[in-house]
Amino acid sequence: MSELPNFAPALPEIFIALSAVALLLLGVFRKDDSTQGISALAIVAMVLAGLLVPAASGGRTLTFSGMFVVDGFSVFAKLLVLLASGFTLAMAVNWLGREKLGRFEFPVLVLIATLGMMLMISANNLIALYLGLELQSLALYVLAAYQRDSGRATEAGLKYFVLGSLASGMLLYGATLIYGFAGSTSFDALAHSFQHGAPVGVIVGVVFVLTGLAFKISAVPFHMWTPDVYEGAPTPVTAFFAAGPKIAAFALLIRIMVGPFGELTHQWSQVVVFISVASMFLGAFGAIAQTNIKRLMAYSSIGHVGYALIGLAVGDQVGIRGVLIYLAIYLFMNVGTFAVILMMRQKGRLMEGIDDLAGFSKTHPMPALALAVFMLSMAGVPPLAGFFGKFYVFMAAVDKGYVTLAIIGVLTSVVSAFYYLRIIKIMYFDEPVEVLDHGTGKGLGLITAVNAILVAGFILAPSFLTSSAGTAAQALFGG
Amino acid sequence: MIQALVFYLFAAVAVASGVMVISARNPVHAVLFLILTFFNAAGLFLLAGAEFLAMVLVVVYVGAVAVLFLFVVMLLDINYLRLREGFLQYLPTGGLIGLILLAELVLVFGGWSFAPEAPLSVGSRTPDPSVMTNTEALGRLLYTDYFYLFQVAGLVLLVAMIGTILLTLRTRAGVRKQNIAAQVARTKAQSVEIRKVPSGGGI
Repeated sequence: MSELPNFAPALPEIFIALSAVALLLLGVFRKDDSTQGISALAIVAMVLAGLLVPAASGGRTLTFSGMFVVDGFSVFAKLLVLLASGFTLAMAVNWLGREKLGRFEFPVLVLIATLGMMLMISANNLIALYLGLELQSLALYVLAAYQRDSGRATEAGLKYFVLGSLASGMLLYGATLIYGFAGSTSFDALAHSFQHGAPVGVIVGVVFVLTGLAFKISAVPFHMWTPDVYEGAPTPVTAFFAAGPKIAAFALLIRIMVGPFGELTHQWSQVVVFISVASMFLGAFGAIAQTNIKRLMAYSSIGHVGYALIGLAVGDQVGIRGVLIYLAIYLFMNVGTFAVILMMRQKGRLMEGIDDLAGFSKTHPMPALALAVFMLSMAGVPPLAGFFGKFYVFMAAVDKGYVTLAIIGVLTSVVSAFYYLRIIKIMYFDEPVEVLDHGTGKGLGLITAVNAILVAGFILAPSFLTSSAGTAAQALFGG
Repeated sequence: MIQALVFYLFAAVAVASGVMVISARNPVHAVLFLILTFFNAAGLFLLAGAEFLAMVLVVVYVGAVAVLFLFVVMLLDINYLRLREGFLQYLPTGGLIGLILLAELVLVFGGWSFAPEAPLSVGSRTPDPSVMTNTEALGRLLYTDYFYLFQVAGLVLLVAMIGTILLTLRTRAGVRKQNIAAQVARTKAQSVEIRKVPSGGGI
C-alpha cells in the first residue's frame, strides 16, 4: 500500500479550495443577501493563503507523484496572482452592490479561478497543467457572462468560451504529440529525455502548446478575442481578466518553456520572437483609434504582453527575471487603472468612453492624478515603475544580442505613448461636458492610491522587487 | 467455443442495430437502437475482460447520454423528412469521401508495425487480469498516483455546476412552487372555514 502524499507544499491551494466550498455552502444557506460578507471572507481567504504560500515552500519540493511543484518561482508568481485577485475582488464588491447584481457565486468563482491559477503555476505535469488551466478558464467563462441580462456580456462570455475551448484543444493536441513522442507527461522526465535534442513531432507539439498558451495571454496572432471580451464583460471582471490570469498563464508559459523544453530554446525562441514583435506592433497601433477605454486597455495589454515576451525570447535567467519584474509592475498599473475606470460613473451608470474623461482633472483631481501616473508609467516614462519594467526586459535582450527586438520595443512604446498621453490630455486640457459622479466608493479610492504610490515610489526601493524576482528566476534555472 | 458464439452474437446485433440507428425513419427508434448498440458493445467489452469499461459504457452512455439524446429528440420539433431530402443527391460525394477514408485506413493499418523499442518504453504495464481485476487496477492508479488530478477534475466539475446554475437559474415571480414544509405546517384553523349556509341561499 502506498503512503499518503505530502500535503504540506499544497497547503495554500488546499486552503483556498476548502474555503471556496465552505463559502459556497454558506452562500446557499444565506441566500443572495450575503454577497458582501462572502466577498469579504473570500478576500480574507486569499490573504491567509498569501501568508501560507511562502511558509509552504522550502527549496524545490515535489508532491502528488511529482505532479505538483513548489519553488521560489511558484511562490513569487502565486503571491502576484493572489494580490491581483484580492485587489480585483475588492474592486468588484463595490460594483456588485451598486449594480444590484450581488450573487454569492461571484466571489466563489473568483476564488476558484484563483485556485486554478495557482495550480497552473505549480503544474509539473502536462495533465496537471491542463486541469489547472481548465479550472481557471471555466470559472472565467462564467464570470465573463455573469451579467446575464446584458447582451454584450453574454456575447463576450460565449466568444471567450468558444475561442478559449479552441485554444485548449490546440494545447491538448500539442500535449498528446509531446506525450506520444517522448513517452511521459512529467516535466522532469521530459526535460531529461530532451537533453540530446528532440524528434520533430515534439517540436510540432511544443508549437501547439505555445499556441494554446499564447491564446491565454492574448499574444498576437491569437489576440482576437481580447478587445471584444474586455469590452463586453462587466468592468470588474475585465479588471480581473487583465491581471491574474495573464500572470498565471505567463508563469505557466515560462515554466514549461524553460523547464521541460529548456534544451530546445533554439527551436521555440524564434516563435516567441515573432509573437512578441507582432504583439508590440498591434498593441501600439491597434489602440490608437479606440474610443472605449476598456478596448484601449485590451490593446494596451496585448502590447504589454509583447514587451514581457521579449524576456522569454531571451530565455536566460536575466530575461526571466525581467519578465517577472514586468508582470509585477504591470499588475499594479493595471489594477490601479481599472480602479479609476470603475470610478467613472455618471448618474450612477458606468461610463466607458475616453471622451467621458474630459475635464476629469478639474472635477476629480486626485483620481485624475493617479490615472495620469498609471498612463505615464504604462508609456514607460522614466521615474515611474513602468519604465523599469521595460528597462530590465530590454537590457536582458541587448545583453543576449537581441538588439533588434529591443529597438522594436522602444519604437513601439513611443507609438503607444501617443494614446496614453491622449488620455492625459483629455483629462487635463479638455473642458468637462458632463460631470462624472463624486464619491463613487472609498474602497476604490484606497486601491487607486495604494497602486499609484507603489508605481510612483518604485524608484525609491526597486531592490525589493528586483531581488525577489531574481531569486524566483534563479529557482527556475536550478541555481 | 461458447465465447466465440457469444462474440458473434453480440457483434452481429451491434452491427445490425448500428445500421438501424442511421436508417430508422423514426428518430426515437434510432435512439433506442443506439441504446441496443451500447449494450452489445458493453457485452463485447466484457468478453475482452474489460469489465470496468463495460459497466461505464452502460452507466454513462445508456444511463445519461442516450437518455439525453432521447429528450432532445422528443423536445425539438425537427422535420426529419425534410432533413432526408437530397440524400441521393449527396450520396456520390459522400460515398467517395467514405471510400477515400476507407482506403487511407487500410493503407495505415496495412503497414502498421510497432517500433521494436516501443514495448520497452511502456512505463507501467497493465497488471495480469487473473491476478487483479481492471477495476481494482484503475482504482489503485486513480487514488494513488493520479489522486491530485482526480481531485482537480472534481473541482472542474464543481465549477461547471456552479456556472450552469448561475447562468441559467432564474427565480421568476408568479411561479407556484411546492413548499412541503408550509404544507405540512398548515393547521385546521388556517385552512378550514365553517360557515352557516342558509338552505336554498348559497354562499
